Amino acid sequence: MRNRFDKELVRLNDSMIEMGSLCEAAIDKAIKALAANDTDLAKEAMADDANIDELERDIEQQCYVMLLSQQPVARDLRNVSAALKMITDMERIGDQATDIAEIAVTADLTAEFHNLELDTMAKMASKMVNAAVDAYVQKDLNTVHTVYKQDDIVDQLFDKISAHIIHRIENKEIEGAKAVEVLMIAKYLERIGDHAVNIGEWVEFSITGEHPKN
Amino acid sequence: MENYKVKKPVSTKVKMASQNMNVYYGDFHALKDINLNFPEHEITALIGPSGCGKSTFLKSLNRMNDLVEGCKITGSIKLDDVDIYKEIDVNILRKRVGMVFQHPNPFPMSIYDNIAYGPRTHGIKNKAKLDDIVEDSLKKAAIWDELKDRLKKNALGLSGGQQQRLCIARALAVEPEVLLMDEATSALDPISTGKIEDLALELKEKYTIIIVTHSMQQATRISDKTAFFLLGDMVEFGDTEQIFSNPRDERTERYVTGRFG
Repeated sequence: MRNRFDKELVRLNDSMIEMGSLCEAAIDKAIKALAANDTDLAKEAMADDANIDELERDIEQQCYVMLLSQQPVARDLRNVSAALKMITDMERIGDQATDIAEIAVTADLTAEFHNLELDTMAKMASKMVNAAVDAYVQKDLNTVHTVYKQDDIVDQLFDKISAHIIHRIENKEIEGAKAVEVLMIAKYLERIGDHAVNIGEWVEFSITGEHPKN
Repeated sequence: MENYKVKKPVSTKVKMASQNMNVYYGDFHALKDINLNFPEHEITALIGPSGCGKSTFLKSLNRMNDLVEGCKITGSIKLDDVDIYKEIDVNILRKRVGMVFQHPNPFPMSIYDNIAYGPRTHGIKNKAKLDDIVEDSLKKAAIWDELKDRLKKNALGLSGGQQQRLCIARALAVEPEVLLMDEATSALDPISTGKIEDLALELKEKYTIIIVTHSMQQATRISDKTAFFLLGDMVEFGDTEQIFSNPRDERTERYVTGRFG
């Protein structure tokens, strides 16, 4: 009965996957730029943010058209409203990746990068974004719960890196400016993890109709 | 969803209730073991695909099926705990439980006489009293200002939306307690529909309202409770917000999302 609407939902899913992929790519590029002190790659990651913003507007428009023309209810309404909320978090993830890339443009942190677990943290955060969007498309609660667990690991890594940097500051082993920049990068990655959790919570709502308790 | 509805203290009193109610048209089992409670001063929407039994159920609430040949009803329907098929005279029942139909059906007489018709049949002859009833009923139906200067004009000259509000005023003139509306806006334009919906929200302060509607949006806009009927079964009953945001039954989900029916 609702072939057209079902097709629109498939298109929405495709767009969500595309936006999630752009976010992952932005994180990966920013981190690679940082690891290799590659300014060009960092600038490329910053330029990619415009594509993420544009896709956010496009998905927003798709959702508004669906709300207007199809007046969805029940599971359909939850799918569309969850997408509208998720893209805000994805857009913020793009911003955090840009923030990391901006640091990569101005500072050479290669030595610090390889001494810390920033790469592990970035890979975990990127994986969480991928999994959260995948869970939306597949309507898979188990994957959502995996994202929540992965966020605990990201938080632990942030605490570990913070403690390490504080220790090095106390022993005067790191310049003040570099210490701040490394901490900011770790914080951006930690925030990306939080946004992935937010996305997961909207996925959970779209599947169950209820917001997760914690 | 709740916020823009007219708020009132939550009533827990059940105004009408059906218990193990079955309707048969000859061999056809039209309604199967329907158990439903209608809370006082709330709007309940009955939804479902054509032929599901929702209109049959609505008509049973003021015994409109009595004259249908071969119709048999078992179980009970109670109004204030009194069985409407056994313990109430049908004329009294229809005074207490009014009905508004899909197509406006004003009598071919003046606006005034349309409203005064019911009270007159119930014995009110005093002109001043009838004047008061006509004015009060038209005000309750939010159409007094539009019609007060042409009460002697023929009601058939009104627009569809005005005719429907006149029919609501006519139903209100005999001071019912329950108002049944069978797709009362399906023949109206969006402006008239909006007026009737606003009116229903105001009227629930004084009356218990039960509507049959094919419009999911209308049910979400005005009803507090929704019951979903399918093939003679009452599949799911709950708060309207829950039915349209997170239905429990997969059949309800499929119907409200337009995937069958």
